[in-house]
Amino acid sequence: MTTIASESGTRPVTDYRRDTGHRWQTVLLEIIKYSVLIPLTASFAFPLYWMISSALKVDSQVYTVPPILLPFPIHPVNFIEGWQILPFTRYAVNSVVFYTVPAVAFTVLSSTIVAYGFSRIRWPGRDTIFWLVVMTMMLPWAVTMVPLFITFKWLGWLDTYRPLVVPALFSHPYIVFLLRQFFMTLPEELSDAARIDGASEFGILFRIILPLTKPALAVVALFRFLWAWNDYLGPLIYLRDENRYPLALGIEQLSTRANDVGNFSNGIPYLMAVSTLVALPIIITFFFAQRTFIEGISLTGMKG
Amino acid sequence: MAASTQRVSRYTPQEWRNLRLGLLFVSPWALGFLLFTIYPLLSSLYYSLTRYDLLRPPVFLGAKNYLTLFFDDPHFWNVMYNTIYYVGVSVPFGVGAAFLIANILNSRIVARSFFRSVIYIPSIVPAVASAMVWQFLMNVQYGAINGVLRYFGLPIIPFLSNPGWAKPSLILVAIWAQGAAVVIFLAALQDVPRSLYEAATVDGANIWHKFRNVTIPLTSPIILFNLIMGLIVAFQEFTVPWLLTEGGPMNSTEFYLVHLYRNAFEYLRMGKASALAWILFLIIVVFSLVIFKTSARWVYYGGEK
Repeated sequence: MTTIASESGTRPVTDYRRDTGHRWQTVLLEIIKYSVLIPLTASFAFPLYWMISSALKVDSQVYTVPPILLPFPIHPVNFIEGWQILPFTRYAVNSVVFYTVPAVAFTVLSSTIVAYGFSRIRWPGRDTIFWLVVMTMMLPWAVTMVPLFITFKWLGWLDTYRPLVVPALFSHPYIVFLLRQFFMTLPEELSDAARIDGASEFGILFRIILPLTKPALAVVALFRFLWAWNDYLGPLIYLRDENRYPLALGIEQLSTRANDVGNFSNGIPYLMAVSTLVALPIIITFFFAQRTFIEGISLTGMKG
Repeated sequence: MAASTQRVSRYTPQEWRNLRLGLLFVSPWALGFLLFTIYPLLSSLYYSLTRYDLLRPPVFLGAKNYLTLFFDDPHFWNVMYNTIYYVGVSVPFGVGAAFLIANILNSRIVARSFFRSVIYIPSIVPAVASAMVWQFLMNVQYGAINGVLRYFGLPIIPFLSNPGWAKPSLILVAIWAQGAAVVIFLAALQDVPRSLYEAATVDGANIWHKFRNVTIPLTSPIILFNLIMGLIVAFQEFTVPWLLTEGGPMNSTEFYLVHLYRNAFEYLRMGKASALAWILFLIIVVFSLVIFKTSARWVYYGGEK
C-alpha cells in the first residue's frame, strides 16, 4: 500500500511507465525543436554578424573565396575612417537634435494629454470618437504623402525638419491608443479623490497619473525614438540639402560613393562600419531596455 | 421655449463640464486629424483628378488619371502584379513563420530570451543599415552566400540581378525582419491557460491535436491582427526595394510605393501619384474587409459577445 502511494507521488515516472510511446515522442520533439531553432537563430543573426565582421576587414579580406568568417588582422580604424569620409558627425547631430529629440518629446507630451482625454474623463461621445483614432491607425500613410508634401512645400518647409516634427505636436494615434490602454487600468478612485481635493484635470494628469505610468511612457518614447531614428522615406522626401541629412540618408550617400569605382578603397568595410555605428544605439538601447521593448510590442497585439 | 431649453440641456452641468474638458484634452488630436488626415485625404482626391507638376497650377482632368492607369498603362498592371506577388507571398509566409517560431519558443526551452532577442533585433535595426548588409550579402561577385556556393563549385544565385530571383530575395529580407510578430505571438501564446492543455492531455490529445484545437483557436485574434498589420505594411514596402534593387531588374521589383514615389518625386506627376495612392487605399480597405469578414469563420473570441 505504501509503495503505491509513494509511486503516485512522483508523477512523471508513472507517466513514462504507462506510455513509453509518449516518451519517445517527447524526445523526438526536443530534437526537432532544437534542430530547427538553432540553425534558424543562426541565420537570423548572421547578417548582423556579417555587418560587424566586414566592418573590421580591408578590401583584400572582403573579396575572397571562400569568405573569411573571422577576420584577422582586424582593422577597427575603419570605424573612424568611414565616419570621416562624409560629415557623419553632422548627420548624427541632425538625426538627434533636429529629428529624434523633438519628435519623441512632442509625440509623448501631446499623446499623453490626448490619451488622458480619451480615458480618464467621461464625456458623451468619447468612445465613438475614439473609434476614429483606431481607424486612423490603419490608414495607409501613402495616401497622405503627396498632399502633405504639396502643403509643406507651399509653407516653405522643404529642407527643414518641420514636416517631420511639427505633426508630432498633434499626437500619434498608435501612441494614444497604447497610453489609453495603460491609463484605463488605473482605478477611477484615484482621480475622484484628487477632484474632491480640488485638483484640476491637468494637475491630476501630471501629479497622479503620470508618475504611475512611467513604464508606459518609456515604452512609447522608445517606439517613437525607433521610428524617428530609422526613418528613411520621410527625410528622403523633404530634405535635399546634404548638410541637413540625417544618418539614414548619410548611409545611402556613402553607399553611392563607395559604388563609384576608384573613389576610395575599403568602400564595403567603411559602409559596414558606418551601418554598424548607426544600428548600434538601437541595439544598445535594446539590451538595456529589453523588458520595455518586449512588453511594449506585446501590448501592441492586445485588443482594446 | 421651455421645451427647447429642456432639449438643449440634456446633460447635467457636470456632464457639460466633462464634455468641455474632454474636448479640450483631445483637441490636439482633433486638430491634427483635420490637418494631417482629413484635409490631405480630400485634397489628394482632388489632385487625383488633375494634372499637377507643382510648377503650373493643377489642370482638371476628371477621371482621366484613373482611366489611363487601368486601361492604357501596361506598366501599372506590372506594378500591381509585383505588389500582389510580394504581399501574397511575404505576408502568409511571414506570419506563418513567425507563428511557428513563437510556438517553438513557447515550449520548454533553454535560453528562451536569448533566442527571442536574436530573432527580434533584425526588426528594429534601421532598414537602411540592413539594406546595406543584404545588398552586400546577396552580391553576385563578392557576396558571402555566393562566395560559399562558388567555393563548393555550386552554381551562383543572382539574387538581386535576375528578375526571377529579385522578388523572392526581397521577400526573404522581409521575413528576416519579422521579429516583432514573433514577440506578439509569443505574448499571446503565454496567455493561453495551461489548464486547457492539461485537459486536452487527459482526453488523450497528442501534440498536433493540442496545436490545432487549443493553440490556434485561442490565438486566432492575434493571427488576424498580425495578418492585417502585415498586409498594410507589405503593400507599402519602400525602403528595402528602393535601396536594394530600385525597382529593377527589368522592373521586377517596381512595387506599389516605389512606383508612387517615382511618379510623385522624380517625375513630379502629383495627379497620377494621388490617383495611385487612392487606388492603393481602396485595395487595402477591400483586403482588410475581406479578411475581417471571413475571420468570423476562423477567429475565436472566447466568451465575449
